[in-house]
Amino acid sequence: MASITLDKIGKIYSGGTRAVGDVSIDIADGEFIVLVGPSGCGKSTLLRMVAGLESISEGTVRIGDRVVNDMEPADRDIAMVFQNYALYPHMSVRQNLAYGLKNRRTPKAEIDRRVAQAAEILQIGPYLDRKPRALSGGQRQRVAMGRAIVREPAAFLFDEPLSNLDAKLRVTMRLEIKDLQRRLRTTSIYVTHDQLEAMTLADRLVVLNGGRIEQIGTPLEVYRKPASTFVAGFIGSPAMNLISNRAVPHLPGTAHAGTIGIRPEDLTPAPDGPIDMEILAVEELGAQRLVHGQTGGERLTVTLPSGVELPRTLRLAWRPGSLHLFQAESGRRID
Amino acid sequence: MIENRPGLNLLAHLTLMLGVVVVALPVWVAFVASTHTATDFMSGTIPMWPGPHLLENYGRMLDSGVSTSGMPPVGTMMLNSLIMALLIACGKIAISITSAFAIVYFRFPLRRMAFWCIFITLMLPVEVRIVPTFQVVADLGMLNSYAGLSVPLIASATATFLFRQVFLTIPDELTEAARIDGAGPMKFFRDILLPLSRTNIAALFVILFIYGWNQYLWPLLITTSSDYYTIVAGIKRMADAVDGLPQWHLVMATAMLAMLPPVAVVIGMQRLFVKGLVETEK
Repeated sequence: MASITLDKIGKIYSGGTRAVGDVSIDIADGEFIVLVGPSGCGKSTLLRMVAGLESISEGTVRIGDRVVNDMEPADRDIAMVFQNYALYPHMSVRQNLAYGLKNRRTPKAEIDRRVAQAAEILQIGPYLDRKPRALSGGQRQRVAMGRAIVREPAAFLFDEPLSNLDAKLRVTMRLEIKDLQRRLRTTSIYVTHDQLEAMTLADRLVVLNGGRIEQIGTPLEVYRKPASTFVAGFIGSPAMNLISNRAVPHLPGTAHAGTIGIRPEDLTPAPDGPIDMEILAVEELGAQRLVHGQTGGERLTVTLPSGVELPRTLRLAWRPGSLHLFQAESGRRID
Repeated sequence: MIENRPGLNLLAHLTLMLGVVVVALPVWVAFVASTHTATDFMSGTIPMWPGPHLLENYGRMLDSGVSTSGMPPVGTMMLNSLIMALLIACGKIAISITSAFAIVYFRFPLRRMAFWCIFITLMLPVEVRIVPTFQVVADLGMLNSYAGLSVPLIASATATFLFRQVFLTIPDELTEAARIDGAGPMKFFRDILLPLSRTNIAALFVILFIYGWNQYLWPLLITTSSDYYTIVAGIKRMADAVDGLPQWHLVMATAMLAMLPPVAVVIGMQRLFVKGLVETEK
């Protein structure tokens, strides 16, 4: 167990392209940090730099109180779970779990004890003597996590571990990972592009865009007070409506803002509301419906309860205090 | 092509049968010849059915050989061939798998050039460079030795290229997982790469064993002592009887015997062989 400190780290590839720049994060012991962002935002590169699979061009990475910049991955006391599981196909599940320990010359009895323990935690006992080929996706993912657990490392690193699973299994495994991390209290860094996964798993979220940090905070902080238009549009589903100030004039207190953000669930129909929306499309989700429309040339989405007859145009009002205001040029939040 | 017309089926089968006949007939003739006496072939008509002298002919070849043409018994030549084929096959596999490992997994200066240099040797088989190679082997004093028979044939661009392709299909994550699991390069090679390329090694072994076994020109050139005659080159020497008629029945018996080890290797390793050539999932 250990804290992890990233101090102004950056990655420049040999061609001169910058993938990550000026990233500083302090991760407390036992904390679950999720790196989230669209593809190509540098989140995987960042994780791989912590793991030691990519060299660090700038800054320092500390695990515990050791600077690990020039250490081999095996010496960093971390364990990693890969997207495609990366199980050794020719070894049984038991051998897969034991391989890392064997390389560290752990005594045989200790290996057996830890493998048995991990198998019990993850309920993979019955498969210990099978080859990975004979396992389903979810079981393979469990084995991959088992391989991380048996090492009893200072930190777990997860690289989009659930992306290869089907939607239903993903939800189950998400809960299992959260539960597991709570029980083991191991510092974890988890990379995903799925904002829902990020929200549900994280103690703190790190939203990345273009190799830089947009915002760090607890899921609720990030949801309630997105620091920029990028975060506002990325976190939350359906995404926050971001409309130009000019499209909806006369909203009180918005004169100095360039962009106004309103969450779809914060909009409600009101006969004398200030926003007039022309309805373009409706998505029925069962319990509720998403109504897409436009006002003053800007797209707008509203979450409404289903079952009500919809007119051609809707007049809308927003919940008081639910407006998010952003600067015109920088897109930063105005408080 | 999925068609279900009896006429086409018949045609396909006839073609296949014709193919089998074309391939099998010479073998059959050789077998028949090995069961007759020498005089039966001088009569003008070649017999097409086995004669009564099978045990006698094979017994003679295995036991004493044809001493008149300076031949050792077939057993010795078979053993020489076996040693040469095994040395070539194992040597080629060992050298090419390690060089492929170096080329795929290590970043060193001139890596690409090293690869292309290996690749270019594809254009220089033994037959092309046979005179200089003979000179080198002679200067090293390796004439009439197993090393001389096998070493010049061991370098193999094809096998290196094959292993390179195999290694490239192994996902990077597996390499990274092994690094995190604390496996150094050699451990990774032994614990992950070798087991994963097992079937490819087997397939290559079959091909290379037959390649080695069938070597003709090179052994013919560098062996002058009958202790190192190989079977394939030996057959040729036997057929070249100087004073007198070639003993066709004995030559054919030797040819039949020479075919057995490659056949045994193919049959014994058939399953791995096919798997190695077909399997893509890693």
